[in-house]
Amino acid sequence: MKIINRSLFGRGKKMTIIEEMARKIRVDIIEMLTAAKSGHPGGSLSAADILAVLYFQQMRIDPKNPHWPDRDRFVLSKGHAAPVLYAALAERGFFPREELIQLRKTGHFLQGHPDMKKVPGVDMSTGSLGQGISAAAGMALAGKMDHKEYRVYTLLGDGEIAEGLVWEAAMAAAHYQLDNLVAVLDYNGLQIDGRNEDVMNSSPIADKWRAFGWNVIEVNGHDLKQLMDAFELTKNCKGKPTMIIAKTIKGKGVSFMENQAGWHGNTPSPEQAEIALKELKGGMDHE
Amino acid sequence: MNEKSLISLEKIATRDAYGKALVKLGGMNSDIVVLDADLSKSTKTADFAKVFPERFFNMGIAEQNLIGFSAGLAASGKVPFASTFAVFATGRAFEQIRNSVAYPKLNVKVAATHAGVSVGEDGASHQAIEDIALMRCLPNMSVFVPADAQETFQVIKKAAEWNGPVYIRMGRLAVPVLFDESYEFQIGKANVIREGKDAAVFAVGLMVQEALKAAEELSGLGMEIAVVNCASVKPLDQDTLIKVAKQTGAVVTAEEHNIIGGLGSAVAEVLMENYPVPMIRVGIKDTFGESGKPEELLEKYGLTSKEIIKAVQQVYHKKKNK
Ligand SMILES: Cc1ncc(C[n+]2csc(CCOP(=O)(O)OP(=O)(O)O)c2C)c(N)n1
Repeated sequence: MKIINRSLFGRGKKMTIIEEMARKIRVDIIEMLTAAKSGHPGGSLSAADILAVLYFQQMRIDPKNPHWPDRDRFVLSKGHAAPVLYAALAERGFFPREELIQLRKTGHFLQGHPDMKKVPGVDMSTGSLGQGISAAAGMALAGKMDHKEYRVYTLLGDGEIAEGLVWEAAMAAAHYQLDNLVAVLDYNGLQIDGRNEDVMNSSPIADKWRAFGWNVIEVNGHDLKQLMDAFELTKNCKGKPTMIIAKTIKGKGVSFMENQAGWHGNTPSPEQAEIALKELKGGMDHE
Repeated sequence: MNEKSLISLEKIATRDAYGKALVKLGGMNSDIVVLDADLSKSTKTADFAKVFPERFFNMGIAEQNLIGFSAGLAASGKVPFASTFAVFATGRAFEQIRNSVAYPKLNVKVAATHAGVSVGEDGASHQAIEDIALMRCLPNMSVFVPADAQETFQVIKKAAEWNGPVYIRMGRLAVPVLFDESYEFQIGKANVIREGKDAAVFAVGLMVQEALKAAEELSGLGMEIAVVNCASVKPLDQDTLIKVAKQTGAVVTAEEHNIIGGLGSAVAEVLMENYPVPMIRVGIKDTFGESGKPEELLEKYGLTSKEIIKAVQQVYHKKKNK
């Protein structure tokens, strides 16, 4: 039998390492999107800390065996944030970092939105908003049927939850008591056309998920300790799926991108990228 | 098989055969799971639910989620059969089938019932006339349309064994059991179930029986027509189609589906590029259905042996005057 460490780094300690991974992921995001000249920086940067915690602390995965049947799964329901997922997978060793700058190039495996048939470590093809959480719930159901230990994580956008399918999946996940399903909401308050409140008001978000029968935890999505604690808490919750509402800043880590809806789907010029990378590599926090 | 023997055949709806097939296959393959959207009594997945409750999941009236869950189950090694009416499966959940099943090539079987106007009294909102077209144009998707109970069993079995997305189209109405156990459905193969030299009818679903009736009647008039069951609409058996077109030189297609985008279109695509012959499509003429008795609607929408005979005579005439 194969023994795999539950995670790369033990719980609690090595916070600085995860912080460092989050920073590296952000650097990768800027570098690959600058090279690609198209793609989505805002919603990728806002989720970097969440993915750093998942891929470097929480998830039981084996980069050498991406189809390991007992692995934890991650479904990027907000598939346009592919860069943050690719960066996490590359940094975790699923494929070489050097591949990242080939993002969105004809014939390369790093598609604009995640493709499970092409990218090692991608558990579900996504890109059409609302569908990822539904498939993730199906995976969690399969895990229950097979009495497997694995957990299924999925990341949603706060604009994405306007999709009816999200709520169909939410209802069914609670109905089938999928406590091995953990959704995270990247609650950055912005979508393409502006602020959630203006485009389609979805508040009160926590109340809605609670009313749908979910365990709800609210955290600061850039506070690694809070994120780790939240993921640990989900393991004690029996009979209910969990929604972690992670308050985030769209574009987090690059001063001129933060809280700007305009950086949803625009990529930096080489000059802007230089400034962004200087900020990120300086390791400074802009708040 | 003459017309009399056709009429005396036992009648079973393909949806009934589907329910029985699921139970049988469920006992052989524990990876098979079945999902429904509050129509299990009509789609007959309730048969499976009764025997294997732990492998049956009602998703409620949420067809998009029916497909999404199925995709996730397939990604984790299960063989999901997702069932509801054909309108809702292929219409409401079209984009879930496209992006979460066909594109990632996941092993989901979309097994839909209540296709065509033979749904009857429920009317146009419940009568899928476009589902073959919708499913046929998706890359990675296979499309099977069984003609009777025996073929349904074989289609379900082959679909379960085949690793990849499949759409199966079944009906509500009881139809004659045309085939016995010696009949074999194969993915990508068309079955020539009656030989003939004067013209050929390519048919699917309940129009196969109408084609056989037409052939019988035409034989009495001195015309021998071939009848080809094209249950594997995709992949379509190009070789057999072309061979039969060459042998007969005149082709009619027959389907309980819009003549736009269905079997008729698929056959035309193949013959046009390879061996064009005079051709007429029998089917629903780009119109929605309505409420009524199934038999009356089939008559009204031109889905009868009579229409096939007319089409054969026309197409034969065209061939002779070419
Ligand atoms: C079904 C669907 N409709 C529309 C889009 C186009 N789209 C891509 S991202 C996006 C906005 C997403 O906003 P949000 O969920 O808040 O993500 P974030 O702000 O975190 O990037 C839209 C509308 C899509 N990908 N899928």
